[in-house]
Amino acid sequence: MTQKGILIKGLKKRYGSGDTAVDALKTVDMSVGPGEVVGLIGPSGSGKSTLLKCLGAVIEPTAGQMALGDELIYDDAWKVRDIRALRRDRIGFVFQAPYLIPFLDVTDNVALPSMLAGRSNSDARSRAMELLRALDVHHRAKAMPAQLSGGEQQRVAIARGLVNQPPVILADEPTAPLDSQRALAVIRILNDMAQKFETAIIVVTHDEKIIPTFKRIYHIRDGVTYEEKGEGRGFD
Amino acid sequence: MISLAGRDILHAWGKFVFTGVGLGLLIGVTLIMAGVYRGMVDDAKVLLDNSGADLWVVQKDTLGPYAESSSVYDDLWRSIRGIPGVANAANVTYLTMQVRQGERDVRAMVTGIGADGPGTPGWPPYLVDGRQITRGHYEAVADAATGFKLGDRLKIRRNIYTVVGLTRRMVSSNGDPMVFIPLKDAQEAQFLKDNDAIRQQRRRTSENPVFNNPGTPGVLDAVIASQTSSPYVNAVLVQVERAHAPEDVAQAIRRWQRLTVYTRAQMEAILVGKLIATSAKQIGMFLVILAVVSAAIVAFIIYTLTIGKIREIAVLKLIGTRNRTIAAMILKQAIALGTIGFVVGKISATFGAPYFPKHVLLVPKDSVAGFAAVVAICILSSIVAIHAALKVDPAEAIGG
Repeated sequence: MTQKGILIKGLKKRYGSGDTAVDALKTVDMSVGPGEVVGLIGPSGSGKSTLLKCLGAVIEPTAGQMALGDELIYDDAWKVRDIRALRRDRIGFVFQAPYLIPFLDVTDNVALPSMLAGRSNSDARSRAMELLRALDVHHRAKAMPAQLSGGEQQRVAIARGLVNQPPVILADEPTAPLDSQRALAVIRILNDMAQKFETAIIVVTHDEKIIPTFKRIYHIRDGVTYEEKGEGRGFD
Repeated sequence: MISLAGRDILHAWGKFVFTGVGLGLLIGVTLIMAGVYRGMVDDAKVLLDNSGADLWVVQKDTLGPYAESSSVYDDLWRSIRGIPGVANAANVTYLTMQVRQGERDVRAMVTGIGADGPGTPGWPPYLVDGRQITRGHYEAVADAATGFKLGDRLKIRRNIYTVVGLTRRMVSSNGDPMVFIPLKDAQEAQFLKDNDAIRQQRRRTSENPVFNNPGTPGVLDAVIASQTSSPYVNAVLVQVERAHAPEDVAQAIRRWQRLTVYTRAQMEAILVGKLIATSAKQIGMFLVILAVVSAAIVAFIIYTLTIGKIREIAVLKLIGTRNRTIAAMILKQAIALGTIGFVVGKISATFGAPYFPKHVLLVPKDSVAGFAAVVAICILSSIVAIHAALKVDPAEAIGG
């Protein structure tokens, strides 16, 4: 079985060339093990979004290495041929806003990545229902996204990120629109899911409320990451 | 895999239905325009069919009697009837005019028919009510589209006619309903001058010493008598015996009578190719404009719907949706919009056509072609939206 987690070494990203070149990521080193939730914190313009896009295989880094589990997916160039399939099958996304597809009900929103991966509709839906049950939103399975509360929408978005059992989930400020109680609930869910599915979760955040919950935190400043031990409060 | 297009349409069905209805009315107008053209062609064919003629004998070098004026002598039919292969020949006059009935008047083609009775070329082949003309004067058979009823009294020029029969789908190539009257009356109506003009003509003739010579007293009366009666008709309609080819008989008439003769195919070519050619071009222009407007509407709606879903499309791409799945979603929506529009258009055209003053003929072939054109327009119109969707960067879902 493939070892889970994500490992990043010396990742760089340069925009433009010549005199106008900008080094958005200078040296990024990170490792997140299976079942682990780490925070990624940095001021605006520090390179957080660029790093997230590189990790999510949305843009191509300029140099460095990335490995998902024991498979090197980037080594100064992509090592996988189908980047779209990589994103679909091996990386989960949770956004600041849930960005659920408004014309699909909750079940199909969660099941869609699984259907896109080629599973039958019934298999994808039963997998989606399992996750909705685990996230305690199964009672809204037939509801449309507009009928859900913000917290419910975010839980559905987390379920969608998990449906293909990716080794890594990238969460971009998932608690930003939520109050303290709901924000902590979301982080608790992410921790539970990380442990249950052995998923490595990287949470990009500015949210002071949830920073103390991380056991490990990566700071990013001017395109360089620094690791820090977090407080890890609240989930032991 | 679920149908993303279908789900989106069901989610925003109101937007699709209302847009489809709007588009449908436009498509309905397009189908009606095509129907008007078909109706004109059909009217032309009906005119020829109902005349019962195989050949039209007209004034030499004219396109008469429908596309140009034509005058031939009213005794010509006798010599034509004697030509081998001619089964029957009859005089006919056509005069498009306003026929008065009480306070209203109706534009109609007044047709003068000979006295030989039903079955003779030019006579209405069937009636829906009443009887055929039996008297030599002042009786009329009218097409039901005139709105006249049995017993109605019509005024044509100075004479009053009683409607004794009603027929249906007897129209001119312009779609004007026909009114049949006896030939002698029709000749008089066509060539009759007003009293002042007759008086002027008599005076001028009497002042001419050649006609009013004291030594030959009967000449003036004879000349005046010839001036006040008309020996002309517009055409002679000919039926050909079954054993003879119409073109052979036409050739014989041309050779011996020095007249122009048209066969059914030639007459149809004149009516469709010349008489309604300008109208057909006009309708063609309208069809092109309506197609362009329809395409612009579909393109705008589909583009707006797509732009409104940019974030969702970015998310779909980020979670691994193929470009072709997204393109298919937009394409299917455009085709669905076109289909809704076509159904609405077809229904509105079908129910609206009878209310148009001109004959609107909706033929299944046009509907099939129309649907194919709508689908093609929708496919073309969705290209801009598909292009915009495919340009969406999945990174837009992440932001930053």
